[in-house]
Amino acid sequence: MRIQVNVNGESREADVEPRLLLVHFIRDVLGLTGTHWGCDTSNCGACTVHLDGEPVKSCTVLAVRANGHEVITIEGVSQGADLSLLQQGFREEHGLQCGFCTPGMIMTATALLERTPRPSEDEIREAISGNLCRCTGYQYIIRSIEWAAKHGAPTQVEVMP
Amino acid sequence: MQVPARFEYEVAGSVEEAIELLQRHGPESRLLAGGHSLIPMMKLRLAFPEVLIDIHELDGELRYVREDGGVLRVGALARHRDLLESPVVRERYTLLADAEKFIADPLVRNMGTVGGSFAHADPSEDLPAAFVALGADVVVRGSQGERTIAMEDLSVGPFETAIEPDEILTEAWVSRAPEGSSYFKVERRAGDYASAALGVALWMSGEEIEDARIGMCGVGSTTLRAREAEEVLKGQKPDEELYRRAGERAAEECDPPDDARGTPEYKRDLVRVLVVRAMEQAVGRARGAEDRTADGR
Amino acid sequence: MAVETRQGHTFGDRMPRKEDGRFIRGRGHYVDDIQLPGMLHSAILRSPFAHARINGIDVSAALDHPKVRAVITGKDLEEQGLAWMPTIAGDTQAVLATDKVRFQGQEVAFVVADDRYSAQDALELIEVDYEPLPVIVETPRALDPDAPVIRDDKAEQTNNIIFEWEHGDREATERAFEQADVTVKQEMIYPRVHPAPMETCGAVADYDVGTEKMTLWVTSQAPHAHRTLAAIVTGLPEQQIRIISPDIGGGFGNKVPIYPGYVCVAVASLVLGRPVKWMESRAENLMSTSFARDYHMVGEIAANKDGNILGVRVDVLSDHGAFNAHAQPGDIWPMGFFAIFPSCYDAPAAYAEATGVYSNKAPGGIAYRCSFRVTEAIYLMERTMDVLADELGMDPVELRRKNLIPAEKQPYESVMGWTYDGGDYHAALDEALRIADYQALLEEQKEAREQGRIMGIGVSTFTEIVGAGPKKKCHIAGLEMFDSAELRIHPTGKAVLKIGVQSQGQGHETTFAQIVAGELGIPAEDVDVHHGDTDHTPYGLGTYGSRSTPVGGAAAAVVSRKIREKAKKIAAHLLEAAEGDLEWVDGGFQVKGSPGQRKEMGEIAFAAYTNTPPDEEAGLEGVAYYDPPEMTYPFGAYICVVEIDKGTGQVDVKRFIAVDDCGVRINPMIVEGQIHGGLAQGIGTALMEVIEFDEEGNHLNSNFMDYLIPTSMEVPKEWETGETVTPSTHHPLGARGVAESPTVGSPAAVVNAVVDALSPYGVRHVDMPLKPAKIWQILRENRVEPF
Repeated sequence: MRIQVNVNGESREADVEPRLLLVHFIRDVLGLTGTHWGCDTSNCGACTVHLDGEPVKSCTVLAVRANGHEVITIEGVSQGADLSLLQQGFREEHGLQCGFCTPGMIMTATALLERTPRPSEDEIREAISGNLCRCTGYQYIIRSIEWAAKHGAPTQVEVMP
Repeated sequence: MQVPARFEYEVAGSVEEAIELLQRHGPESRLLAGGHSLIPMMKLRLAFPEVLIDIHELDGELRYVREDGGVLRVGALARHRDLLESPVVRERYTLLADAEKFIADPLVRNMGTVGGSFAHADPSEDLPAAFVALGADVVVRGSQGERTIAMEDLSVGPFETAIEPDEILTEAWVSRAPEGSSYFKVERRAGDYASAALGVALWMSGEEIEDARIGMCGVGSTTLRAREAEEVLKGQKPDEELYRRAGERAAEECDPPDDARGTPEYKRDLVRVLVVRAMEQAVGRARGAEDRTADGR
Repeated sequence: MAVETRQGHTFGDRMPRKEDGRFIRGRGHYVDDIQLPGMLHSAILRSPFAHARINGIDVSAALDHPKVRAVITGKDLEEQGLAWMPTIAGDTQAVLATDKVRFQGQEVAFVVADDRYSAQDALELIEVDYEPLPVIVETPRALDPDAPVIRDDKAEQTNNIIFEWEHGDREATERAFEQADVTVKQEMIYPRVHPAPMETCGAVADYDVGTEKMTLWVTSQAPHAHRTLAAIVTGLPEQQIRIISPDIGGGFGNKVPIYPGYVCVAVASLVLGRPVKWMESRAENLMSTSFARDYHMVGEIAANKDGNILGVRVDVLSDHGAFNAHAQPGDIWPMGFFAIFPSCYDAPAAYAEATGVYSNKAPGGIAYRCSFRVTEAIYLMERTMDVLADELGMDPVELRRKNLIPAEKQPYESVMGWTYDGGDYHAALDEALRIADYQALLEEQKEAREQGRIMGIGVSTFTEIVGAGPKKKCHIAGLEMFDSAELRIHPTGKAVLKIGVQSQGQGHETTFAQIVAGELGIPAEDVDVHHGDTDHTPYGLGTYGSRSTPVGGAAAAVVSRKIREKAKKIAAHLLEAAEGDLEWVDGGFQVKGSPGQRKEMGEIAFAAYTNTPPDEEAGLEGVAYYDPPEMTYPFGAYICVVEIDKGTGQVDVKRFIAVDDCGVRINPMIVEGQIHGGLAQGIGTALMEVIEFDEEGNHLNSNFMDYLIPTSMEVPKEWETGETVTPSTHHPLGARGVAESPTVGSPAAVVNAVVDALSPYGVRHVDMPLKPAKIWQILRENRVEPF
């Protein structure tokens, strides 16, 4: 089936099987490997992208479902060399170690801050409860998101020093 | 990662078209809403429908949460998140918001739908139990027209509903808002299915409980309604002794599986405990009191 | 030791990580990200049975699939002598099963296809004729006289015993027990768990027919060792093999072994002349890759009536699964460093004996941040200490205080033959008690009990043993356990450091740059750290057992100092002074007493290529291979506070206090992150993680829905961390390594807390994981009612 998806602001087209998962469309067909996968049962959230502005687990969505819709991946969060405040926050507050869960965390957090610019710690903790991390113990991830919230709107881009 | 077996794919442009497609493709076809119950099963190759009929374009017809003339109407494509965030749900059908906080995780709640949850009929699903406690009804439409099924009659076995192969669930409605309600769940970890969970809805008459409903999940082969426990509560003044008696009865009414979450004995005891906690909170809300934390502590 | 740099960061700074830039942009380069022209995909057919004879395999239908390029079976590999491969423990492991399958999930056939979906479809087209055999799942049953011999492929194997081991002084320990006023004995299980890194294991093999070179991208914590083993196994010349560990999404020991998938993908690429990728699913990861623990232990302590330890005795049954694919630091260490179990206590006598057995479960055992079995040893000691405290009616803190090795006895010679490298355990304990406000906690507990709430406080003090290891004591698959660093300073004063250890998230690109910065005054931002590519890095043994800082970090310091020595010669030449008149100050050499006569490191670097002394070679570079003189011994004191829900049995970790001493901290922020992560894993282990089987050896939870790892909701709101800093007596930087301390020390702290909470009911021990249903059972048995 021919599908057309708006990915990170660009229209992308391809012929795909209906069973192709969105995460594989993004990674294998489009070559955007920043979106990861880490489980078989929709638990880990490493595959989180935005579908029509909402964070979803792309391993549990068919690529054909995204036909005619908008997808934003981690590659679409930074603009060229510049980083979003959230990305900066993760660096400032050591919100990552191996980096595997990080794109998913950033996509979830970006959506959170877009809807709730000043979330409480509890709200942040709950918002990322569908994103598993094995390295950080979560505290510095939460601090990273708090840093970004404190420094302004989530989609503002600032140049990394 | 595992991937699904091959299938054919159709997109329905209207409810009528969805029904036509179901008729045309027969019982090996399934409706695809949010996909967050069906696709995981297909990836593990535990489900292999030959045709998927995608109804995500029917949001215009089927995605809503509103109260019309005192009746709560929830469209089948309302997302879990829609229920969680709906002001009318939070205020007047609070147990639904309570339940939604326990359902999966925020990402899954962005895609999963009310109709999908009902049609999937997993005996461990929270939302059907919460709607059973509200005494909800469900509307299905098919080639033979529209009909209503009582929520408590919807699931007939594990992953089996009373919906015909050519029918689509379109709406759930609740005819009267409870005065107090709550939903409690015991899970091994955030996002897990219930070790045991239940929702309680109360309608008061002065100081007495006029009517009560209890919907339970994870403790039987279908979503359960604890009718006998409800009878214990009806016409009584609320107090802890009463809640315990209701809890005892509800525990006897369930038939929990022996599995990784625990023994049937454990789960029955959870039901005993959760009825008390849920009643305390529901009664407190009916009286306008402030909530304690969700786990009752 | 830290040197001021003109601008940028140096040793000891909370420096934001250099590697973050690519990860936060989604431009990390993990194995599954690799896409090569013509690349094929693969899938592994795995055994549904835990133990069965294979009477035949029919792959014809799979071969007929239009997108399938090859199907490899054990028989095919047998013809090349590749059906079996050596393990790091000196055993053999089937690459693809030939005679039997010996655990559920064992590799049986390897399908190569055009895309990953077709490869998975093709699995369903392969037919295998299995004849089920009796199964050994419960470890003690492996020793039953009538137990089936699992490794009947080995002529000399007549039972399921892998090894028998002992260590310590048996007679002295027996005497201690005879003379003791008090003895306690506690059986306990450290259940089978799994490291479950977020990235599963996988490899891409690319055999270039033109150059006869095999390039393998692998999720490997030890690329060089893997290359040598690959050369031995395949017969390919070692210089024709290039192994690249790109970015790795977490290891925790899971990515130390060589897995059948790696061998198959290499064979497939050789045969087909095209790149082939293999990535396992999460289920495969949990079912077939290196698990952790599965130790069945009995701990005994003998003490006098005042609570002084006289002797410690331990008996262990160690389950290694169907193949002994253990990573052990030497033939004499089949139990890893388990012999550390007397730990931070001044024990005059200790003895351990252990038996290792095969079972019909996945192979492995050493993994999940265990420091080569130190997790098991410390858990056993800390649990048994609490049992002793209970027996004596003594506060567990007081019992520990009495027995902790006094600082004056450092470096401490333990009866198990280790020389600890310094440590003030009392200071660490006191700091933990201070942060926790222990007295206030005891008060709080008293009040809670009066209110009918079930609150517990658990303590764990420990020393680790990491940094394998000295060549006189350690080797892995015969390789000495040194590590290496190669440093080159460019004319413009920037540097590149190549190391033999392998980050899987530990931040080496930052910390190792900080080491060089500290030694040479070059800002860490200007030091590029390379690792993971065997063609471009010096030979190293990789990262596991917290060895990067102790061994690799030492090598980086040593090579930096070598460079500083040559730099001094060049500075002397530039300043026309004698070397002896120069001193190193603030990132440069200057004439003693005449600071105006000075050369900065940058000037010296330039001169190394433009103005070299007459008797010196040009260039400013060096390489060091570091053989650590001893292991290092990071230590800590942890306190955990829990509350148990009487109604449901759920355990809530309300506070976790962790004081760690890992010597000098290269980057405190990175140290803290490591500790946080390990503590979360420890809580997972204590409360919810376990790999479970039914009696037929079927996996009950090989996915993240049922193998439960903590989410953001299961960890306490804050990790209350603290530190003491006692430099290592022998490490060039005074550092020890730290990443495994949190997983070593925390499970006991959590279990001790839960047992403490239940102690009013006479409970002395509960086995992990402390599932709600299990705790509920104990409560109800003791008539604790929810209302």
